[in-house]
Amino acid sequence: MTELPYLDGNMLDGPLGEVFAIDLSTATGRCAHCGTAGPVAGLRVYSQAPGLVARCPTCVEVMMRMVRAPDRAWLDLRGTTYLRFPMPLDRPPGG
Amino acid sequence: MGWQPARLAHRRVETPTAQTLVLQVPGWAAHLPGQHVDIRLTASDGYQAARSYSLAAPADGERIEVTVQRVPDGEVSPFLLEGYREGDPVEVRGPIGGWFVWRPTESDPVLLVAGGSGVVPLMAMIRARRTAGNRAPFRLIYSVRTPSDVFYNEELRHRVRDDAGLDVAYVYTREAPEGWRGEPHRVGLADVTTHGWPPDLEPLVYVCGPTGFVEAVSDLLVGLGHPPGRVRTERFGPTG
Amino acid sequence: MGIVTPGFTGRPRSGAPELPPGQYLTPDFPVLSAGPTPRVPHESWEFVITTETGAEYRWSWAEMMALPQETPTVDIHCVTRWSKLGTSWQGVSLDTLLDGVDTAAAYALAHSYGGYSTNLPLDDLRAGRAWLVHTYDGADLPAEHGGPARLLVPHLYFWKSAKWVRGIRLGLEDTPGFWETAGYHDYGDPWREQRYQGD
Repeated sequence: MTELPYLDGNMLDGPLGEVFAIDLSTATGRCAHCGTAGPVAGLRVYSQAPGLVARCPTCVEVMMRMVRAPDRAWLDLRGTTYLRFPMPLDRPPGG
Repeated sequence: MGWQPARLAHRRVETPTAQTLVLQVPGWAAHLPGQHVDIRLTASDGYQAARSYSLAAPADGERIEVTVQRVPDGEVSPFLLEGYREGDPVEVRGPIGGWFVWRPTESDPVLLVAGGSGVVPLMAMIRARRTAGNRAPFRLIYSVRTPSDVFYNEELRHRVRDDAGLDVAYVYTREAPEGWRGEPHRVGLADVTTHGWPPDLEPLVYVCGPTGFVEAVSDLLVGLGHPPGRVRTERFGPTG
Repeated sequence: MGIVTPGFTGRPRSGAPELPPGQYLTPDFPVLSAGPTPRVPHESWEFVITTETGAEYRWSWAEMMALPQETPTVDIHCVTRWSKLGTSWQGVSLDTLLDGVDTAAAYALAHSYGGYSTNLPLDDLRAGRAWLVHTYDGADLPAEHGGPARLLVPHLYFWKSAKWVRGIRLGLEDTPGFWETAGYHDYGDPWREQRYQGD
């Protein structure tokens, strides 16, 4: 009996790089289900499926789903309360 | 990040089922070891298939290298190994990934643990270390089924001799060469403690291979006391 | 369209009459999965049909196995483009399970152990076109293929044939399931290539 392998969140960079102009694997995401915050690169990504399903490594609930049609892409983030990105410090906050 | 055209410059046979493809990519930006690239093939009827491959070496000008392992019944890898001719175009997108990377400015000791073709991005780190003249002590534990499945065999042998501070240990899972001590086995605690770095040296650890391998090895390392945040993993699945 | 790579054809996309458009034939039975594989022992397994009024109809494993059994041999078509012809199954027709269920619903949402779900019109579960199957090719359905029991609705793309199915909720309105909320088609007819919303 084989358990289907999952991949690491860093594999999301390619598919999501088509949507975002930012390197998602360096972002932090917070799971809407259990509240754990961690690197997107550390999510468990199931890719042998009709779309990509990224699950929280702590509670295994779905945090992100992405479906790519030839001419459209869907990104479902309802399982993620936030994504936090490192930003270049080029301007003081509120300045 | 868009797709850009590339052409096959030449190929090197690594094993009976794996080859390194050297692609010429006009305008390629530099990349970091550990990053990967997507390769897209288009058929004459418009059908497309894309796969992700780890970059095997630092860029040589506009030339990049990937090592492709044949996936039985795969749609893309058998074509790349057997049907793709020198000079013919493909499209590439990259470099991709900002997590599973080693920066040649780092000086911490590095432990690399490879399962099968998971050695590819780790080889890129070993090559980049030499190119940059970096002196960080590197250890590679390379788990492979049989001696004939070893990628970069000659080169690794030379580098162990010539690249000061690089050690390579092999673990054979099916069939070991003459003179190798021990029976074929999966990477275990003894391999990691003998050939790895102790946690108090605070090494950077990179583990790459099939999901089950990465799971087992990263559990061993974290169990030994390596902080999970210092153990970076890249799992790959069979995507043909 | 991208730059054509000479000699690349992809998998043979057969124009054979028995294959829907865009599909290729596979002799294997690929395993697709959107999460960890649930392991459900027969003792705790149950199947529940819930109607729009909240009425529930339940079957234990033994009760389900005691129902009349059918042995459909059907072609299956996955939206990831593989098709497999002449697969043989054993299970209970949804006609048998829905017989005696009092409902005015037009839609069904199948839901599974592990959290998966998929929607389809209730009519597509009737008229000998859908089964709750527990046996594949003469053996217990393996967990990675949806065992102990999965839905089999072969005239729609295979994501509608929910693995590890636990029950069906009937409703007056269509409620999109796991993939349907993320872009996949609410109906999913392979012969009309209804892969994504709007196809």
